[in-house]
Amino acid sequence: MNSRHFLLIAVSALSIAASPAAVFAAEAKQDMPTPADLEAAAEIPPEGTVADEAHAPDHHAAAPHGHVDWHFSGMFGSYDRAALQRGLKVYREVCAACHSLKRVYYRNLEDLGYDEGQVKNIASQYNVTDGPNDEGEMFERAALPSDHFVSPYPNDNAAKAVNNGALPPDLSLITKARHHGPDHVFGVLTSFGPPPEGVTPGQGQYWNNQMQSLISMAPPLQDGQVVYEDDVPQTVEQYSRDVVEFLAWAADPYMEERKRTGIKVIIFLAVFAGLMYAVKRRIWAKLH
Amino acid sequence: MASNTKAGHGHPQDGETRRDFLQLTAAAFGAVGAGVFAWPLVNSLNPAKDTLALSTVEVDLSQVQVGQSITYIWQGKPVFIRRRTPEEISEAEAVDVSTLRDKQADKDRVQRAEWLVVVGICTHLGCIPQGQKVGEVKGEYNGWFCPCHGSAYDTSGRIRKGPAPLNLPVPPYTFLSDTLIKIG
Amino acid sequence: MGSGQRTPFENPVVEWIDSRLPVFTMMQKEYGVFPTPRNFNYFWNFGAIAMIMLVLMIVTGIVLAMHYTPHTAMAFNSVERIMRDVNGGWLIRYLHMNGASFFFIAVYIHIFRGMYYGSYKKPRELLWILGVLIFLLMMATAFMGYVLPWGQMSYWGATVITNLFSAIPVVGESIVTLLWGGFSVDNPTLNRFFALHYLLPFVIFAVVFLHVWALHVVGSNNPLGIDTKGPQDTVPFHPYYTIKDTFGTLVYLILFCFFVFFMPDALGHPDNYTPANPLVTPPHIVPEWYFLPFYAMLRAITFNIGIPFTDIVIISAKLGGVLVMFGSIALLFVLPWIDRHPIRSARFRPQYRVALLVWLAVFAFLGYVGSQPADAVKFGIPLSYLGLLGTVYYYGFFLVILPYLNKHEKGRDLPPSISIPIIESPEPAAPPEKRR
Repeated sequence: MNSRHFLLIAVSALSIAASPAAVFAAEAKQDMPTPADLEAAAEIPPEGTVADEAHAPDHHAAAPHGHVDWHFSGMFGSYDRAALQRGLKVYREVCAACHSLKRVYYRNLEDLGYDEGQVKNIASQYNVTDGPNDEGEMFERAALPSDHFVSPYPNDNAAKAVNNGALPPDLSLITKARHHGPDHVFGVLTSFGPPPEGVTPGQGQYWNNQMQSLISMAPPLQDGQVVYEDDVPQTVEQYSRDVVEFLAWAADPYMEERKRTGIKVIIFLAVFAGLMYAVKRRIWAKLH
Repeated sequence: MASNTKAGHGHPQDGETRRDFLQLTAAAFGAVGAGVFAWPLVNSLNPAKDTLALSTVEVDLSQVQVGQSITYIWQGKPVFIRRRTPEEISEAEAVDVSTLRDKQADKDRVQRAEWLVVVGICTHLGCIPQGQKVGEVKGEYNGWFCPCHGSAYDTSGRIRKGPAPLNLPVPPYTFLSDTLIKIG
Repeated sequence: MGSGQRTPFENPVVEWIDSRLPVFTMMQKEYGVFPTPRNFNYFWNFGAIAMIMLVLMIVTGIVLAMHYTPHTAMAFNSVERIMRDVNGGWLIRYLHMNGASFFFIAVYIHIFRGMYYGSYKKPRELLWILGVLIFLLMMATAFMGYVLPWGQMSYWGATVITNLFSAIPVVGESIVTLLWGGFSVDNPTLNRFFALHYLLPFVIFAVVFLHVWALHVVGSNNPLGIDTKGPQDTVPFHPYYTIKDTFGTLVYLILFCFFVFFMPDALGHPDNYTPANPLVTPPHIVPEWYFLPFYAMLRAITFNIGIPFTDIVIISAKLGGVLVMFGSIALLFVLPWIDRHPIRSARFRPQYRVALLVWLAVFAFLGYVGSQPADAVKFGIPLSYLGLLGTVYYYGFFLVILPYLNKHEKGRDLPPSISIPIIESPEPAAPPEKRR
C-alpha cells in the first residue's frame, strides 16, 4: 500500500494550509520601509493621532535591532524574576507617569517573587478612589492587592489633553498587540534618533526608527535614571530589556504554566499515538 | 467519529473478545486523557481569581449604636452585625444549650459578647430573615424571623422554632481594632 | 433507522434498552460492522478529525460562553478576565481560538481529498452538497466568533464583511442596517452575533449527522475510486478504522497542541489585542487565514463591468467582487454536475490530477495575496493583478478545464477490484504518482 506516500501529501497539504503563519513571518522580515512609507509617516494629521503608536503607517516594520534574545523565548523559556522586578521598577518610576496598566492587579505581583506583605506594601503606595460611602461621597483610600494598577489619568480624554492630543496606550497587552511585540517595544524604546531629511517634527514630536515615523512620546529613558539595587548596568538598553520582560509577563502571565503544561500534554499524546500505532499495526496485520 | 470508542462492544470478526495488553493500555490512555482534559473545563467554573481576591471585607463599627444592626455584603451574601444590648446578651447566655436544636453556647458564637456577626441566610432554604431594620418583625425570640417558612432565630442567631435545621453560621472574622473587623 | 432485524445482546441492561430503542444495534451497524473499503489512506482520517474538532469547539465554546459578556463595553474585558482570572481560562480560550484554525485545516484537507478522489461523483452528490453546506456554516460561525472578543480586527472585520451585503442592488443598504441593528456595527450586532455563534455549531452538528447518514447509505469512496465488489473488498469499521482514526487524530492533536501551548497567537492577528475603536481603522485589515483566498478573490475585481465604449455599468466593481467571492463557493455546490467524467480517482486521470494540483497551488497563492495589503507590489507586478490571475484560474478550472476534460481525457485503465491489487502484488497497481 502506498499509504506512506499519501501521509507525505497530507503533511505537505497541512503545511500549505498552515502557511499563512509562515507568510506573516516572512512578510514581517521583507517589509523594510520604503520611501513611500516614510512620506506617509511624515503626514501628520493636526490632532496628532499618529502619535498613538498603534496607528503608525506600518507597524509590521522589523526592528532595526532585529531579534532580541529574550529569556522567555523558545519552548523552555521562562521569565527572569530579577529582570521582572527591575522591569516593574522601571515601569513604576518612568512609564507609569503616562501609561496605564489596568489589566494587571497588584495581587498579580506575587508572580514576580514578592510575598503577600511586599505586595500589600507596593499597593498601599498608591491611592484609589472608592465609594460611594454611606454618606454618598466618593473617597480616597490606599490601594489593596485586589485593585488593578492605578492609572495615571482618570480617563482617556484627560490623558489626551496633557499629551498633545495623543493617547498613551495601555501597556497591559502591548507585547501581544504588536507584531513581534517584545522586539518591537524594545526597538521603540531604544531607537529614537534624528528625523530623516525632509521630516520636520512638530511640537512634542520625536522621530523613532522602529516606528519609522514621528511619535508623541519623548525618549523616556536616560542612562542612570532608575537606580538598580543589583549590579546590573543602569543603561537605556538594560532598562528597556527589563521593562519589556516585565510587560511581556503583564501581557502573558501564564506563559510558563502554558509551556510546562504543553510539554506534558505533547509527551502524553506522543506516547498515546505510539501505542495506537502499535495497536493499529497489530490489528491490520491480521488482514495481510 | 466521536463515537468510535463507544462502538467497542461489537465483536471483532474473529469472534474473539480478548483484548491484549496493548489495547488495554491504549484504552487506559484514552480514559486518562479524557479525564485530564475534562478537569480544566470543570475547574474553570470554580470562583475565579478576581472573585477570590474580593473575598474579604473590612467593616467599620464605630457608627453602630447599642441595639442597632448593620448589614454588609461579603462574598455576595448579607452579613448581619448586631451590637447587642445587655438584655439581649443575657437572654442569649441564659438559654439551656441542651434544649436547642443546634446545640451551641452563645460564647462559642461571638468573639466579643457585644458584637454578634452572622451570615444572614436562613439555613432552611436560603431566604433572608427579617429583623435587621427598625420596625421589622424580630420573631418570638427577639432575634430574626424568616418570613418564607416561619423560622425564628434568637439573639445569638440560633434556630429556635420553625423548619430550619441549623443556627445562622458565623463567618470567619477578626477584630483589627475595637471598631474595625475584617470578615473573611 | 437501526430498526428491522435485531440480534439480542448478552448484557441484560443493553438488551433491555436495545429492545425498546435499538441504539446499540444502530451503533454496531453503523460504526461496528459497517463494511468499509479496505484501502483507505491517511487522507481518510480527516473526516473523523474534523468531527473531533467540532466536538472540541462546542465543548470549549460552551464553557467560554459561561464566562463571556456580549456587551461592547465589557466583551474585551471579559475575554481578558478569562485569560487572567478564570481558572485555566487561558487554556480553554487558546484551545477554542486555535481549534477554529485546526478545524478549518482538517476540513480543507477533507474537501481536497474529496476533490482528488472524486468523492463527489454519483452516487455521492448529496453527501458532497451537505459537506459544502457544513463548510459554509463553518465560515459564518467562525466569522461571528471572531467578532466576539471585540478587538480592533473583530470590529473592523465585522464592518467590512457586513458591508459586503451593501453591494446588493436596491436593497443592499437596508440589509446591512438589518444585520447591524443600527447604523454601524455596535452592541446590537455583537449581541446577535453571539446568539448566532452559539446556535450555528449545533446546526453544523445536525448537518454533520445528515452528512454521515448519507455516507452510510451510499458507502465510502476509496483511493481507487472504484466501487466495492464484495466482502473481500471491505473490512468492518471497528476495529480497523476506529483504531486508525484514533491514531491519525492523535497525531493531528500533537500538531494542534504545539500551536496551543507554544505559539497560541501565531494564527491570530496582534490588532485583536487592542480593544475595538470605531474611530480608527487599522492600516491593514485582514480576515483570519482560512478566509484569505476568498478575500483575495473579493479584492481581485477592481473594475466595473459594463457595455464597452459606453458609461453603462452593469456590475460595479464592488458587486463584482462580492459575486466572484460567493460564486467561488457556489461552484463547489455544483461540482458534481460540472465534472461528469466517469473515472472518480485522480490516480487514473493524469490530466485532471495536474489541473487539480495547480488549482491547489493557486488557491494557496490566493491566500498569500489575500494576506498582503491591497496596494502591494510583488515581483514587480501589482498583487491585485496576480489575485485576478489566480481568480481566473480558479474559475477556469471549474468552467473550462473540467468540461474540456469531460470530453477529452481518456484516463488510465481501472483495476478490476479493490482487493486484487492488494492481494496479488506488494506494490499497488502502479498509481500514476509512482512514476516519478
